[in-house]
Amino acid sequence: MAKPKMALYWAASCGGCEIAVVRLYEKILDLANAFEIVLWPCIMDFKYKDVEALPDKSIMVTLFNGAIRNSEQEHMARMLRDKSQVLVAYGACAHLGGIPGLGNVSNRQGIFQRVYRETPSTANEEGTYPQLSSQVPEGELTLPEFYDTVRTLDQVVPVDYYVPGCPPVKEQTEAVVQALIKGAELPPPGSVIGASEKTVCDDCPRTKEDKSIKAIYRTYQIIPEPEKCLLNQGILCAGPATRGGCGAPCPQVNMPCIGCYGPAPGAVDQGAKLLSAVTSNIDSRDPEEIERILDAIPDAIAAFYMFGLPVSLLRRLRLEREAATAESAH
Amino acid sequence: MTEAKVERRRISIDPVTRLEGHGRIEIFLNDEGDVENAYFQVPELRGFEKFCEGRPLETLPVITARICGVCPEAHHMASTKALDAVFKVDPPSPAKKLRELLYSAFMVADHATHFYALSGPDFVVGPDAPPAERNIVGVIGKVGMEVGGQVLRALAACHEVVAMLGGKYIHPTCGLPGGVSKGLTEEERAKVEEIAKAAVKFGKLTIKILDDIVLANKAYVDMILSDTFTHQTYYMGLVDENNRVNFYDGQLRVVDQQGKEVAKFPVSQYLNYIGEHVEPWTYIKFPYLKSVGWHGLTDGPGSGIYRVAPLARLNVADGMATPLAQAEYERFYSTLGGKPVHATLATHWARVVELVYAAERLLELSQDPEITSTNIRTIPSETPGEGVGVVEAPRGVLIHHYWADENALAKKVNLIVGTGHNSGAIAMSIKKAAQGLIKKGTVISEGLLNTIEMAFRAYDPCFACATHSLPGQMPLIVSIYDSQGNLSQRLRRD
Amino acid sequence: MVSGDHEPTIVAFLCNWCAYQGADLAGTSRMEYPANVRPVRVMCTGRIDPTFILKAFAEGADGVLVGGCHPGDCYYLEGNYKTIRRMTMLRRMLEQFGIEPERFRLEWVSAGEGTKWTKVCRELTEQVRALGPLHWWENVREA
Repeated sequence: MAKPKMALYWAASCGGCEIAVVRLYEKILDLANAFEIVLWPCIMDFKYKDVEALPDKSIMVTLFNGAIRNSEQEHMARMLRDKSQVLVAYGACAHLGGIPGLGNVSNRQGIFQRVYRETPSTANEEGTYPQLSSQVPEGELTLPEFYDTVRTLDQVVPVDYYVPGCPPVKEQTEAVVQALIKGAELPPPGSVIGASEKTVCDDCPRTKEDKSIKAIYRTYQIIPEPEKCLLNQGILCAGPATRGGCGAPCPQVNMPCIGCYGPAPGAVDQGAKLLSAVTSNIDSRDPEEIERILDAIPDAIAAFYMFGLPVSLLRRLRLEREAATAESAH
Repeated sequence: MTEAKVERRRISIDPVTRLEGHGRIEIFLNDEGDVENAYFQVPELRGFEKFCEGRPLETLPVITARICGVCPEAHHMASTKALDAVFKVDPPSPAKKLRELLYSAFMVADHATHFYALSGPDFVVGPDAPPAERNIVGVIGKVGMEVGGQVLRALAACHEVVAMLGGKYIHPTCGLPGGVSKGLTEEERAKVEEIAKAAVKFGKLTIKILDDIVLANKAYVDMILSDTFTHQTYYMGLVDENNRVNFYDGQLRVVDQQGKEVAKFPVSQYLNYIGEHVEPWTYIKFPYLKSVGWHGLTDGPGSGIYRVAPLARLNVADGMATPLAQAEYERFYSTLGGKPVHATLATHWARVVELVYAAERLLELSQDPEITSTNIRTIPSETPGEGVGVVEAPRGVLIHHYWADENALAKKVNLIVGTGHNSGAIAMSIKKAAQGLIKKGTVISEGLLNTIEMAFRAYDPCFACATHSLPGQMPLIVSIYDSQGNLSQRLRRD
Repeated sequence: MVSGDHEPTIVAFLCNWCAYQGADLAGTSRMEYPANVRPVRVMCTGRIDPTFILKAFAEGADGVLVGGCHPGDCYYLEGNYKTIRRMTMLRRMLEQFGIEPERFRLEWVSAGEGTKWTKVCRELTEQVRALGPLHWWENVREA
């Protein structure tokens, strides 16, 4: 009997999720034995045309990592949705938007202007920008369209499962792959798998006490005590509002959680929950004192939406009305 | 997204695969059937230089790590060093050593994965070997299961060292302006020393494999030295005060096509030396030497294109700082005809020399009396300003440049990333390989297709891929149209 | 987008024991105030998750009002202190997102302050009207 087909694809991603799968070491042989891999651009030379030629629903499972930043990635998301029985948003970028999602503080014009004109090492007097279509002496060259707004995978196509993390930790990836190989019964579509049903605080070995925050410190301003909860010490840690299952590696090297596993079960907007958790425990009733304490959080985006800006309720910073309607670089 | 266009005189390879990132090659033929030009297009951009603006400076090491999930350690380290400069703070000596220790373990792992998994198949098994064998499984078949196991163990061990200090291997977190967040206990240090000793042994083993399988084969050596894969460019790399290769710190040195130094400068002055050129048909920019200027995608002393990464680093340095690596460095140059070496494929050997150095350096640092010190943080006291941090990523010089505002947020950010420096050279290499191999009357063979890829692959080993399972399928469709637009040949490699 | 001739939609989250009662008093006393303000009753402003406010803006509100007991008078003692802390940060965050601070207001209205309620409603409605519609969905249209 032919092996079921599997595809792995990367959109706006750093490649870390590809490495996370590869870091199964010898266990990846189990994967290769159980599945026929039909697309994996980082590792194998299948072309887009080969996948296009496959019948719909002929791929049993696709692991899709990366956010949707441009038209090529959107096209692949739609194609793989059609061709796959099960589509898994693997990793923070596909799940939440991830670090590329921070691009939603700007738009195409803002990003192009910085990257191709303003940066001090760039020599571009002529104001050349990448074009959707450009003529070279030999013919026409095209590029995919760069969108104003980064989207998560499920903002483009329906998604069956989410595996959170930046990247998903090794043990969880192993568990998910094992479940797929065994054909184990998976939870209802739309579920988060490869993570716990609690928050990072549950994974974290530090000692927690009642929070009463008199001051907030930025990580370079203070050397934290090794055993005590970081939030108790006034360091902004996303643990209380972040789904667990990662084992809390960051607090164990004395750095705060930055929220890469996304919102806790039941939470709609991770940033809102984290803002609420952290600020409600400030030990002051005086509005002026509260303002002063909060000056230690000058950037709400990095503090509360490091990974989840595209999936948040507001999704992006407000587009300048002029830029939204004006002639763009394309 | 393109498919093979039915256009006159055009070959599309989309996407290019077995590397980090997205890429596409467009080859144009003239009426005679020779290659007129070949373009390497990068169809992706994320915009880090924009969206880092307004972020707290201390978050940049973890944000910029996500530029690359294969070499996050490189970005994390360059970013952390940039923060030292921005906050005008000098970390205590143990902190610098811990950073370099983590970095050395990372370099061993990254270079090993590339050699065994990516370049390995092309050399250990051979560029003309059947595709089914041209992968890590074929490599293991040639070198044996015993060695395959050693490779995996070496990788896992180096990953463990990084995780000891940074929490995790992919996207570690420990870098702060003024130090690192965690030190090593004596127990951990002993573990690192044990791993480092094994890494040095593993480095020696890798040299032996290179010798027995690659260098003993005249056909490979001929290919390495062939003109098709040679470019006479400038070279740039980081060197210490003795002009030895150093991945973590030093000054930037540039040499010309004869190996003569043309510039040496502190990293903070990079803007005086490096410019970036923009083309409308790709999202990647093309760095070049300002003193020479941008004169298009050509090599030679009149073109500002320079190369970075292992071959460049060895060309730029006067030697290696550790004994085994130094011996191998000398053997490298005496075998290949002296300094500098311009043969792109020699990069793979240069990478092995660096792997040995990284392993020896890891051992040195693990035995340093200061390495278990708890003095690993200096709290910054100055108002943050502007600063540059540079490291040598596996793929080349990595520059992070930050400007701070009054709230210690990043006001502006400039990044020039390893492979970026090589983007001009990559484009040239593909064109030259295509021109050398596709001519009127050429039968497009298996070897030809792979050879075009090899020109690319030598530059961008960014992937710890193919580590285990490659079913041997490397499908690639090359459609050759004559100048009348008729399909003259189509080759499928399945 | 023409400011001045559209009817703003303002969602108001009001605590049961003070602000809602104050609004109710305005009604039973037949005081006039703009119909733009749509009240949502919660037991305490401390119940207000910032999610509600973000959702209101995301789904079409041009302005949001949070009304509670005066500090010190919270029916549940501590609730409105937490509200102050949360809303202080939330206002900064909204501004960073590009939502003008005048669109979001935190007010203390006791059960007997019907007049104050009408004044707050009138002021806020005119402020938000002058800013024009927010139409947040225009930001997130595809591409």
